Amino acid sequence: MKIKLPIYLDNSATTKIDPRVLAKMLPYLTDDFGNPASRSHSFGWTAEAAVENARQQVADTVGCDSKEIIWTSGATESINLALKGAAEFYQEKGKHLITVKTEHKATLDTMRELERIGFEVTYLSPETNGLIDIAKFAAAIRPDTIIASVMFVNNEIGVIQDISAIGQLCREKGIIFHVDAAQAIGKVDFSLSDLNVDLMSFSAHKAYGPKGIGALYVRRKPRVRLLPLIHGGGHERGFRSGTLPAHQIVGMGEAFAIAKAEMALELPKLKYLQNKLLTGLQAIPEIYVNGDLEHRVPQNLNVSFNFVEGESLMMAIKDIAVSSGSACTSASLEPSYVLRAIGRNDELAHSSIRFSIGRFNTEEEIDYTIKLLQEKVAKLRELSPLWEMFQDGIDVENFQWDSHDTQRDVILH
Amino acid sequence: MSYSNKVIDHYENPRNVGALDKNDPHVGTGMVGAPSCGDVMKLQIKVGDNGVIEDAKFKTYGCGSAIASSSLVTEWLKGKSLDEAKTIKNSQIADELELPPVKIHCSVLAEDAIKAAIADYQAKHGK
Repeated sequence: MKIKLPIYLDNSATTKIDPRVLAKMLPYLTDDFGNPASRSHSFGWTAEAAVENARQQVADTVGCDSKEIIWTSGATESINLALKGAAEFYQEKGKHLITVKTEHKATLDTMRELERIGFEVTYLSPETNGLIDIAKFAAAIRPDTIIASVMFVNNEIGVIQDISAIGQLCREKGIIFHVDAAQAIGKVDFSLSDLNVDLMSFSAHKAYGPKGIGALYVRRKPRVRLLPLIHGGGHERGFRSGTLPAHQIVGMGEAFAIAKAEMALELPKLKYLQNKLLTGLQAIPEIYVNGDLEHRVPQNLNVSFNFVEGESLMMAIKDIAVSSGSACTSASLEPSYVLRAIGRNDELAHSSIRFSIGRFNTEEEIDYTIKLLQEKVAKLRELSPLWEMFQDGIDVENFQWDSHDTQRDVILH
Repeated sequence: MSYSNKVIDHYENPRNVGALDKNDPHVGTGMVGAPSCGDVMKLQIKVGDNGVIEDAKFKTYGCGSAIASSSLVTEWLKGKSLDEAKTIKNSQIADELELPPVKIHCSVLAEDAIKAAIADYQAKHGK
């Protein structure tokens, strides 16, 4: 089979829309274009029925009542609504929130904003495998803690947190528990009916649905209250005003329904590809897998290639589309804060590659990727004075580097 | 990051990669940069009895423009006297490779590597 280049292995960034999803969406852009809020004619009724059907599909996928699902523009908005909305509503109860240093920026930046307006936030450090120590989480709880926020699946290293245990602890202590599940759909088999979770954020485009649509789960029993962020026509029971994009919502519903229906078949296939990729990369010396391998989704593999600089590695493997923890490839000019939080040094953080495998990847593509990495890492190490030093038995990390150059490079980078 | 064709050519076909015997009295070795900054260059020159650079080798850990800058200077150094080599400026390297502004430090590092290699050679000869 002929491989089409570049190969897309960045499915944690976004996924290609499933053709079955697109087919369901298209009629709602053409013949069935009505506004779901129009109560006076069949255009509106048709659109409303489609929106409610999709709400039921999402609810069935995550194991809740459809009345507990609120449409948003995506996981970032869901997280903002959950955290700001609950913090403002419950601020009389307390001012303290708990989260984790490896959360997505949507959570971390929202927490920073809450700090700015007077809340206090504890940012827990995960263990070196990326997982939270429950005892440390328990120790961070204060009498005035009102909200905790933990992601289900980490977007960079793919580790799965123990949401069940953290939820139980939060429920015992009367803390509102929000979970960012943007990366969990189709990857982790869970049901909200089994979990003590009060708020959960979802995204469609990480699960073969369209961009620009997400949802927030808001528990009804026990009831969780929120103040809205976006005011207007009172859509979504006042939680989130704005005309509902019926085509996007239909797409999200169908994408979630497919994820649920096919996960049992899809996960073993992805696990096989992940194992194959891991085994192939392990033939390269001095590589480090970032994050726990056992408590991890099969879609993700994050590997650091020691003694190779990240940007030149990305240049060398441009036939595959992946993400890097290297500063040079991000807008922020800092190496991955997730890898730094699990204790990786700057060099290993810079030389990390996130491979995220998806529904449409093939075994041939994984074979190609392995061969490409083996060749290019060897070539770049031939060029690397650090690799030469390592082979000569010199401790590269503790070598006395010229501090003058260090200073200047920091400024110029 | 969009690189010039010259950078990509040097990156994909680096010239004079390798190592010379650093204990050879004819060889000067310069190593500059630090891994935590993302760039380390090792540049070596072999100087003949007539004071002319006969050979130059490099190894670089760094981005594409760091690799290209060091590859380029190994080409430029061969056949030059030490005094001529000292006149190579980072701006010439940056101009030749059409480096984007955020990558100028790579050319600075290459100039530093030349000076460090010459200094090492001259130290061996008591200068």
